[in-house]
Formats: sequence, structure tokens, C-alpha cells
Amino acid sequence: MSENLAVVEEIYDSKRIFNLNEIRKDFPILSREVNGKPLVYLDNAASSQKPQSVIDAVTHFYTHENANIHRGLHFLSEYATESYESARLKVKEHINAMSVSEIIFVRSATEAINLVSNSLGDMNFFDEGDEIIISTMEHHANIVPWQMLAKKKNLLLKIVPINDKGEIIFEEFEKLISEKTKLVSIVHVSNALGTINPVREIIKTAHSFNIPVLLDGAQAMPHFKVDVQSLDCDFYVFSGHKMYGPTGIGILYGKTFYLDKMPPYQGGGDMIREVTFEKTTYDDLPHKFEAGTPNIAGGIGLGAAIDYFNQFDEIDMLNHENEILKYVTEKMSEIEGLRIIGTAENKSAVVSFVIDDIHPYDIGTIIDTDGIAIRTGHHCTQPLNKFFGLPATARASFAFYNTLEEVDKLIKGIYKVKRMFS
Amino acid sequence: MTIQQNQDEIIEEFESCLDWEDKYALVIKYGRELEPLPEQHRIEKNKLSGCQSQVWINAEFVDGKVKLQADSDATIVKGLISLLVKVYSNQTPEDILSTPPHFIKKIGIDNHLSPTRKNGLGSMLKQIQMYAVAFKAMGTK
Repeated sequence: MSENLAVVEEIYDSKRIFNLNEIRKDFPILSREVNGKPLVYLDNAASSQKPQSVIDAVTHFYTHENANIHRGLHFLSEYATESYESARLKVKEHINAMSVSEIIFVRSATEAINLVSNSLGDMNFFDEGDEIIISTMEHHANIVPWQMLAKKKNLLLKIVPINDKGEIIFEEFEKLISEKTKLVSIVHVSNALGTINPVREIIKTAHSFNIPVLLDGAQAMPHFKVDVQSLDCDFYVFSGHKMYGPTGIGILYGKTFYLDKMPPYQGGGDMIREVTFEKTTYDDLPHKFEAGTPNIAGGIGLGAAIDYFNQFDEIDMLNHENEILKYVTEKMSEIEGLRIIGTAENKSAVVSFVIDDIHPYDIGTIIDTDGIAIRTGHHCTQPLNKFFGLPATARASFAFYNTLEEVDKLIKGIYKVKRMFS
Repeated sequence: MTIQQNQDEIIEEFESCLDWEDKYALVIKYGRELEPLPEQHRIEKNKLSGCQSQVWINAEFVDGKVKLQADSDATIVKGLISLLVKVYSNQTPEDILSTPPHFIKKIGIDNHLSPTRKNGLGSMLKQIQMYAVAFKAMGTK
């Protein structure tokens, strides 16, 4: 009897088998055509596609559960609140935060960084002349908010240099730390290069000087599980739509130690305890940071995306993505005149590239006629582009649902581009 | 040739294209045949701002007509601007402003008009029309 129970338990514990054909059927958009050809979607770093379960969760909410949350005591309002808060719990468990009060729902990773920069700015966390460290490979979302704050508070932004492979030069990072350094804000995985940064070491070093660290995890979350307690980061931000969830929803994780002391970023409904015309007292975490009616359906959809992701063994997904990365890198290396930008040892499935004498706009336009979606341009990392001396690159970014056959189509498309512009 | 005649010529030429590849091959050919932009006109003032590629458009008002010269670092964009130059260069500001570029839709490159295509046909067209407006004002003074 007990043996049978153990078997049953094992079945319930086991993860879904990583079957690419089955997985692709979960994403309805992957079976559509573009320009008369089957869609080959290789722009996942810009936004990932959504499984049916996420689409269903959003539809189900509007069809059966829609009401405002945290307000009414009527059935629907309670139900909607329950769904939304259970999504928060899923996020908390997924990233292993200490408590749900450390999970703030925001609009995007960008808004999360703006929340932190504005709130820290308002609480006089920074004194004039203090320093914030970011890196050369930051997305504009992790540059501009700090630049705005630096202008307002007279702070100095210090930039960690990178090497030609697109890796942070760790010794240079250590050298940048001074007694004026108040915050380190670094991208976990680079959107333009795919570089996975040594964030554990960065955090350890920063913490040895009592400096908190914010990680921009927008490009990490779609690829692997992140444990914020194990990393010991002080803030972690990411967006829902890049990790198979809806657009318009993002997460700010922050240690209670900081969030508790930080003042609200926006004022309004749902974030207050008591309001008089003389004075307002604020609600507890996390609601203190969530003014106004939130993106309820988006939060619920993000919860469904996390459930979907967690059906699989993370190792299966990573192995598959790494196989794609290895394959596309090998194939591209055989193409004469093609140069891969970003060749870090530790890399996620993103390949930025340029081809001699062919503009990325031309590459992207021709490839699109075969239904292949890649990104071209500066990828919102203009300082990084400047480092490599390239105003624009082409980028193919992969998700676990992409196939080696799709890589073959991309490579074929690139040869076609070369032929047309030769 | 009138603007209309220029457009008709382009439409006829593109009619022979069987698929996207043919169409872009022709756009690329136009790009390669575009008269080079003199170096003195490759200046910030003539540059359209955007994120995808660099585009320069220079306009001069000669004998009551707008003379256009342009360039881009992307060949397809250069081809698109070359089509606009063929249609609108050496025409009066009045004609430029009163003749919409219906050939764009006809030859099926209107996907390049979308606002997400920074430096796409839309912003180039707007720039040409703005030159025409400015020259028209000069002409009536």
C-alpha cells in the first residue's frame, strides 16, 4: 500500500515531458502564417508568445470574474481579489521571495526601476555627489531613470566597462566601488548580447561594502528560474510579457528591509489606510506601492504563465535552448562576412550579428518576406552599440519553443540576403 | 513628366514582379541607381532622425521647382527614397502637395509606411512635403 502511494506521489511530482511538437501546439500563434509562409518567431527577447493557458486565464477573468479588487465585499470582488492575490503568491513562490509583501505588481520592468529610483530619491537615500554603478550593456530602462535621478540629486553614474566578448570586466567593477557608491544596478542577462552576468559575485562584492544591488531580470526570467533569496539581491525587476505572460504587467521584488522604508511612488486609491485633507497614512506592503486599479487580468495571466513554465523541468528547457544557441552559432560562423556581436562564455539563446556591407534594416526586411521575425536596430542599448561601433545590429532571440529547423530557415534566409545584396 | 506619369511608370515596372523577392530586388536596383548625394549635403540638417537607418534628404528650389537629392546607409531604404525622388523631384511645390503617392499602395510597399518603421517611407514623404510647403511660402512672397 505504502509503495503504491509512493508511486502515485512520484507521478504527481514528475514534470511534463519536454516534447517540442506538443509544446508548440500550446502556443496558437506559432501555427499562423506570415507572408504566406509559416511564422518563424525569433524575436522573443522583445516579447515572447503566449500559451493558450495564459490567453484562457485572461479571457476567463473577463468572462467570469471581472470586478475591481480590494474594494467590494460582494462575491465577484472577493473572487477577483482572490485570483489576483493568488497570482502574487505564484510570483513569490516562483522567485522564492521571503513574503508576498515583497512582490509589487507594476506595469513593466521599466516602471519597476522608475519606482525604485523615484522612491529612493524621495527618501534622501542619496546625498549630493553619491555614485550609482551600472554597466556598459544596460538597456535604456536601466540607464535613463538613474540619469534623471542623477540630474535631480547631483549624483554620478559610473559605468562598468566590458570586454570585446561582451562580458563585464569584474576587476574594473571592483575598482569603481568607492565610499560614495550607494547602489549597483546591473542587468542579469543582456537583451542585446545574451551575456549572463556574474550577478552572484557582483552582489557579494557590493554587499561587502554594504551597497544594495538591483538586478534587471527581464531577459533572465524567460530562460531560467531565479531565486532571489539565494542570489541575495536587494531588488529584482522583470516584465510579464517576456516570460510568456501578458503585456502591461511587471514585477518589482524588493527586500522588506528597503521596501518598508521607501515612500510610495504614486498616490491614489488602494494604497492608503486613512485619508483626510490634512494627512494621509499609507497601507502596508505591498499595497503601499500599488496606487489605483491595477492590471488585474495581466496579473492573473502572469500567474498562469508561471504555472505553464513550471510544468517543465527547467533543465530540459535550458538544454534545448543551449542546443539551439550552439547550433545557430556554429551555422552563423560558417557564413562569410557575418560577425556575431556578443560571444560571452556564459550566454543565453540570443545572437546579435552584422554582415559586411549589408545594413541590418536590409537583413530584417528581406528575412521578413519569408515569415521570419528578427529584431533590427539598436535594441534600446545605444551606449552598448557605441562600444562596438555599430549603430544597429540584427538579432535573433530564441525561446524554448523554437526548433533547430527554424534555425535552418534563418540561416537560409541570411544566405538569401547575401545573394540579393551581393 | 508629371508626378502622375512618374508614378504610372513605377507601377508598370513593379507589375512584372511575381513575389516579394522580385519586388525587393527592384527596390534594391533603384537604391543602387540613385544619384549619389554630394558630400556637402550629408549634414545633420538634412538627416531624418530614427532608429533603424540613416536617411538624408537635401532639397533645393531651382526655377520654381523642388530638386531633391537623398541617401541612406540601408540599401532598401535608399531604394524607397529613390522612388520618392523619381516621383517628386523637379516638380513644383504645388504639384508635390496636391499629388498623393498612390503608387506606394499600388506596388504593395505600404508596409514601409507604418510608423514603427522609423525612417520609413512615411517620414521621408513628410519631409519632402515640408520642403514643398517651405518653398511654396518662399515662392509666393
